[in-house]
Amino acid sequence: MNKRLPSTVFFTRLASVITTLFGISIFVFIVLRVIPGDSITGSLGIETGALTPEQIESLRAYYGIDKSLFGQYFSWMGSFLTGDFGFAYSNGVSVLELTKSALPVTIQLALFGTIFGVILGISVGMFSASKPGSVRDFAGQFFGLLALAVPGFVLATTLVTVMANVFGYFPNGFEYMSPWEDPWMNFQQMMFPSLVLGIAVAAPVMRTTRSALLETVDKDFIRTAHGKGVKHRVVQFKHVLRNSLIPIVTMTGIQFGYLLGGAVITEKIFAMPGMGRQILDAINKREYATVQSSVMIFAIMFVLINLITDIIYRRIDPRIK
Amino acid sequence: MKEKTWFSYYLKSISGVIGGILVLVMFTISILSALGITPHDPLIQDPVNALQGPSAQYWFGTDQFGRDILSRCMDGMRRSMLVSVVAVSIATLVGVILGIVGGYFGKFLDGFVVRFSDVIFAFPAILLALAIVNSLGNSWIDTSLAIAVVYTPIFIRVARGPVLSVKEMDYVKAVRILGFSTPKVLFSHILPNVLPPIVIQVALSMSWAILTESGLSFLGLGTQPPDASLGLMVSEAQSLAAFAWWTLAFPSLFITIAVVGLNLVGDGLRDSLDPARRSS
Amino acid sequence: MSSPLIKVSNLTVSTSDDNRTLVNSVSFEIAPGEAVGVVGESGSGKTLTALSLLGLLPRGVQATAGSISYDGKDLLHTDSETLRSIRGNKIAMIYQDPMTALNPVMRLGAQLIEVIESHEGQSGDATERVLTAFSDVGIPDPKRAYESYPHEFSGGMRQRVMIAMALLLSPELLIADEPTTALDVTIQQQILALVMHERRKRNMSMLWITHDLGVVANLVDRVIVMYAGRIVEVGSVKDVFTNPQHPYTAGLLASLPKASDKNRTRLVSIPGIPPKPWTVGESCAFSARCTRADDQCRTTLPLLRENSSTQAACFHLMGEKR
Repeated sequence: MNKRLPSTVFFTRLASVITTLFGISIFVFIVLRVIPGDSITGSLGIETGALTPEQIESLRAYYGIDKSLFGQYFSWMGSFLTGDFGFAYSNGVSVLELTKSALPVTIQLALFGTIFGVILGISVGMFSASKPGSVRDFAGQFFGLLALAVPGFVLATTLVTVMANVFGYFPNGFEYMSPWEDPWMNFQQMMFPSLVLGIAVAAPVMRTTRSALLETVDKDFIRTAHGKGVKHRVVQFKHVLRNSLIPIVTMTGIQFGYLLGGAVITEKIFAMPGMGRQILDAINKREYATVQSSVMIFAIMFVLINLITDIIYRRIDPRIK
Repeated sequence: MKEKTWFSYYLKSISGVIGGILVLVMFTISILSALGITPHDPLIQDPVNALQGPSAQYWFGTDQFGRDILSRCMDGMRRSMLVSVVAVSIATLVGVILGIVGGYFGKFLDGFVVRFSDVIFAFPAILLALAIVNSLGNSWIDTSLAIAVVYTPIFIRVARGPVLSVKEMDYVKAVRILGFSTPKVLFSHILPNVLPPIVIQVALSMSWAILTESGLSFLGLGTQPPDASLGLMVSEAQSLAAFAWWTLAFPSLFITIAVVGLNLVGDGLRDSLDPARRSS
Repeated sequence: MSSPLIKVSNLTVSTSDDNRTLVNSVSFEIAPGEAVGVVGESGSGKTLTALSLLGLLPRGVQATAGSISYDGKDLLHTDSETLRSIRGNKIAMIYQDPMTALNPVMRLGAQLIEVIESHEGQSGDATERVLTAFSDVGIPDPKRAYESYPHEFSGGMRQRVMIAMALLLSPELLIADEPTTALDVTIQQQILALVMHERRKRNMSMLWITHDLGVVANLVDRVIVMYAGRIVEVGSVKDVFTNPQHPYTAGLLASLPKASDKNRTRLVSIPGIPPKPWTVGESCAFSARCTRADDQCRTTLPLLRENSSTQAACFHLMGEKR
């Protein structure tokens, strides 16, 4: 009965996801193709002046921007949906190839960061909520505020400086290793960027945990649980935390999505060859096809994560049908 | 007995008071910088005094070109504040109008507004700002516009929710039946009800806007050298911090203080504007 | 009379931060197998008194004086593990609002199993016992109930689940805090009948908290009437109903509709509202609403005293001439 989603809910959700994705593709197209205008001047810069009109014309046809805006959108979407994300000329490989190697890095980073952040956030949140108004609550909240306010790039820069110069330890200075090539090296390289991302996740998770716990503790069914003679620790985990999980999961889902974006900065500082770096490189090299497809991939992942959060959510709250 | 205003409640909130002081300090610094009142010229290079530690002459030390870091921090704070205020003003204005109008009229218009916010929400803030700045350009107006787009849907959501519930309330229905014009109903009866959450959101969004702005300039988008920007200063400090800690510490401190201050103000506003949270 | 099962002496409950007294020097006993009703308006301290017995007072409120002796221990001052081992096992409680008293994200079966596990550890026949408990309280499909979540059940059914949960380990004392108030009138009668039946079957003691004097008439042996944090009258249910001595009790009775009353005389209500317990000081809390009050009532605190039928805290008992 509760094991599977009712099909109508599922299809409504699916329809909404598809319209959102359609909206996203139009938005990406407008922001990255229509606003910057002619991408030949963009990609070739001042050299365009040296080209003959015929050369420009053939380049325009080559890039597909001789068509109308509608034509351009549909040809982009058509190829995007068939897995043709464009070609990164400066690297000499297809954007699909680039993404195949970059996406796993970003996903691993986001996963590690989220896991670390959730554990840290829930622990500090529980620590704070265990005695509201006390010194420990104040300390927990102060940590939450700092984690929210210190920008990731400041934390990352500080960490790199301290680790590399004080301890002489900086695994990210070596060439990136995937977990299949060298799991131990990969772990060391993932450690610091995940820490930076995790602290950013911990702040909102901590705040959500604290307020959700404080709200749940005063609920009638918690009194019932104590009245049954359930051990205090069991009440805390099985009843209080379990019922606070719904807002925590929602917040975690949102944060996981934003982590993917936060990875742009972190990947740059720690020299991780992920999606964020791919976008930054493409922006610097004016590779519009790469930027456009990569941004689109980011948005699709975000929508998928929301969908997954929604499913988890239904699992932990039997009241949602 | 005199009725208590929200401000007297605000002053009771410790976070609100501390945050208010921090934000006032940062605003004052920005205004001083705008008036040209800084210890040194933030752009003047003085190679002889490059990378000097904090001293009586250079309170925050100097950077690799011998420029005064305090003056550059002040100038950077001015830029961050400017972008943050302009971006959040645009986002508030556009978001609140779209949210109220969408929520009030419903149907097609509302569907469009909701879909639009869903689309924007699907992008991580910094990534979206990055893409827009990349297309628009690097001036502070471009940065402000990009950040405004990013935070508009938050205001749509904050304004739309209460409108949906308020418009079903009896007194609003009564006012409509009495024949008041739609704009009058919207602005004199619905706006006051959605104002408190919007005010809180303004403070929080300003803090995020500062983070986004400094993140963009850290990545080399937005403010370009030699102009001072806090993010750019941190970025330049990456190669200097190992032997000149002050190049990293002070710009980082400025960003953090501004963000902490605005967050605390948001907390204080939440405590003072929400009747349920007011302690007697 | 045999020695009491539980004895409450001078129980005083106050707020933690500003020390306002909410329950003031309340003393009573419950004998084994006896059913006692506590009647009072909201704010009279009846629920706090009941919650004190199990140490379940809400945050910000605490018992500041007195003792509750049970099985040779003082429940107000015992360690938390001893208290825990009594809760749900020897003394169980059912609550006012069945809609909020059950954990919304836990299956009903698991919520009952938890009671057994908390007191007996893992038990092989736990499921069997829970199913029996469900059918004992009249739940039509125990197996389905076992797998259900609270939101899938109506208020009346949820209260049956709460009763099954409270009776699971055959407690010596059942505390019921207005368990029928939140239910429809027809369901109320079913729940009352169920509790009465189970109590007789098990010869269990009971403390029934209510604001409705009418509810306890057929349910309990003895009635305690509370007003503004204090006990104002105690007596057997027969004496309290036929020969009330405190003007407040008399007022409460006058406000009850009577089946025998063919003339349909108007119900009399007591004018005014009860004062906050901590504002009363050394006076009779009821004096402001009492037609019999004089200067003595407004300046001196009346104590419970024996009279012809009950014990009442009043200088001008109903049975005395004025």
